Amino acid sequence: MATQTVSSPLATPAPEKTASIGGTILKVATYVLLAVWAVIVIYPMLWSVIAGLKTDAEIFSNPWALPAVPMFDNFARAWTKAQIGAYIGNTFLVIIPGIFFTLLLSSMAAYVFARYEFGGKRLLTTMFLIGMMFPIFLALVPLYLVMKFIKDITGIQMLNTFHGLIIVYVAYSLSWTIFFMTAFFKTLPKEIAEAATIDGASHSQIFFQVMLPLAKAGLVSAGIFNFLGQWNQFILPTVLMSNANLEEGQTRYVVSQGLYYFQNQQRYQSDFSGLFAAVAIITIPTLLVYIIFHDRIEKGLTVGAVKG
Amino acid sequence: MMKHGKNRFVFMFLAIPVFLYTLFVLLPYFGAMAMSLTRWTGVSTLDKVQFRGLQNFQRILTDEKFWNALSHNLIVLLVLPIITLSIALLFAGLFTQGLKGSKFFRIVFFFPQVMSVAVVAILWSFVFHPTMGILNGIIGAITGLFGVRWPAFPWLGNISTVLPSVILVAIWQAVGFYMVLFVAGMQSIPDEYYEAAKIDGANGWTQFWKITIPLLWETIRTAVVFLSIAAMDMFAYVTILTNGTGGPSRAGDVLSTYMYDQAFGGGNSSNPFGYGTAIGVVLLFIILGLSLVSLRLTKREVLEY
Repeated sequence: MATQTVSSPLATPAPEKTASIGGTILKVATYVLLAVWAVIVIYPMLWSVIAGLKTDAEIFSNPWALPAVPMFDNFARAWTKAQIGAYIGNTFLVIIPGIFFTLLLSSMAAYVFARYEFGGKRLLTTMFLIGMMFPIFLALVPLYLVMKFIKDITGIQMLNTFHGLIIVYVAYSLSWTIFFMTAFFKTLPKEIAEAATIDGASHSQIFFQVMLPLAKAGLVSAGIFNFLGQWNQFILPTVLMSNANLEEGQTRYVVSQGLYYFQNQQRYQSDFSGLFAAVAIITIPTLLVYIIFHDRIEKGLTVGAVKG
Repeated sequence: MMKHGKNRFVFMFLAIPVFLYTLFVLLPYFGAMAMSLTRWTGVSTLDKVQFRGLQNFQRILTDEKFWNALSHNLIVLLVLPIITLSIALLFAGLFTQGLKGSKFFRIVFFFPQVMSVAVVAILWSFVFHPTMGILNGIIGAITGLFGVRWPAFPWLGNISTVLPSVILVAIWQAVGFYMVLFVAGMQSIPDEYYEAAKIDGANGWTQFWKITIPLLWETIRTAVVFLSIAAMDMFAYVTILTNGTGGPSRAGDVLSTYMYDQAFGGGNSSNPFGYGTAIGVVLLFIILGLSLVSLRLTKREVLEY
């Protein structure tokens, strides 16, 4: 941290000279430290991509060697036979509507919380706060039973279905998104809505045509936060979609659950190269999206976390 | 007229979110508290439910596997926040010094946060693998220089290394997030403070402890609460890294995985749902207590700037 002294324009010339030797050493040490952590972060991923191109025998014989012939077949096998492609497709089928309804319903509720006074507002706020403080594990068993009883009462299957998982994802994303969007709507100027009221616009017209477009930046942040949250969700599908791995081509597993299933299969039918390829298939697009949008993603995640 | 439409509008906009939230979130949470007092022998009907008072909780008191799991949570609770925050603060401190290339390192360090826990855990199960893993590969290469043969050590299959390995993975993934959080906080500290300190002859270390840490305190508190809650979860890491077994002799088991095992995993055939939810209720009280305690312990006068 003394590097600061070196670059400081305020330091007098004499100490600068002595400091610069120590400063250089410190600077080198700093870069070595940063490089070491960078390697710790990057190397496992790079290694898994390379291992995804090896044969099983090559993977076990030498972790450092490059593949003799790149086995692109591993990727094809992971995508089709191990159904990674289907898992990714399923995940999008769930989280696209999941995020859409999360954002729509949350911003509706948030707008009302931010701009209107009504009876029971405090009670409702406390209610939604519970969802952010309670551990999801507490809810698992009864949630499973609620899903089961909905089938018994209405005849609509909820367990092991996409619509069931979508509804649950939305319900569990509401708390955080409502609080985040409420804070956001409070920062928007009141005058615009007032002007629109004078022009004769109704409450919902003001919301959909004026306020929602203005809240775009907040919606993007909340969208990124929910995208990652729902894409990564592991415990909910594990409990609610446990019997959704129907015959080949029919699976309803989502990606995190499917990967775990594939890993577990290794005990019965070893296909490590396929598993490495599967990890690479998911890591590479994530990396590309991240490189393009890293600023937005960083902000969306960290601002979101603090405000929430 | 506008006034009249207001209540209808408020109701219309809140009805669906409140309904979904009540049915799928609140009802399960409060249902769990009721269920923890019961014994359920079947899932299909409600008439198999017997009220058992605090019996499940009594059983928890003498359940060695429960205390085993809880003790692991407590270890994670101690280790995870301290190491993660130290590394994150160090990097954030370095990145706000105007180092060349800090943007690149920041982007790299944050990336694990974007990856799904499942992918991260599987990736690291490769790293820890006894025969093909790069961890043994690296250690073997180093010991090889001294002519020592390193065995195919099973990091996740050994009682004393399974939990540290799991914690390592959690740290690896979390550091980038807290680093970015701290960088944002540090950048909002006015430069004049540091300049004034420099004129007074304070070195970088003093500046870090006397200016950065106090002015960053609110962010650090938030981070401590987040990491404490994360320490009580760990479900995906432990499940995937130990293949759902909790590790050899359950040496990597935590409360969340033990609860899952009892409720859904067939680990408890006599009363899976009642006992599972009772563990969940205990978890709730621990988390609420922890949030309160960590906020109380880290309470300081907030410095306005």
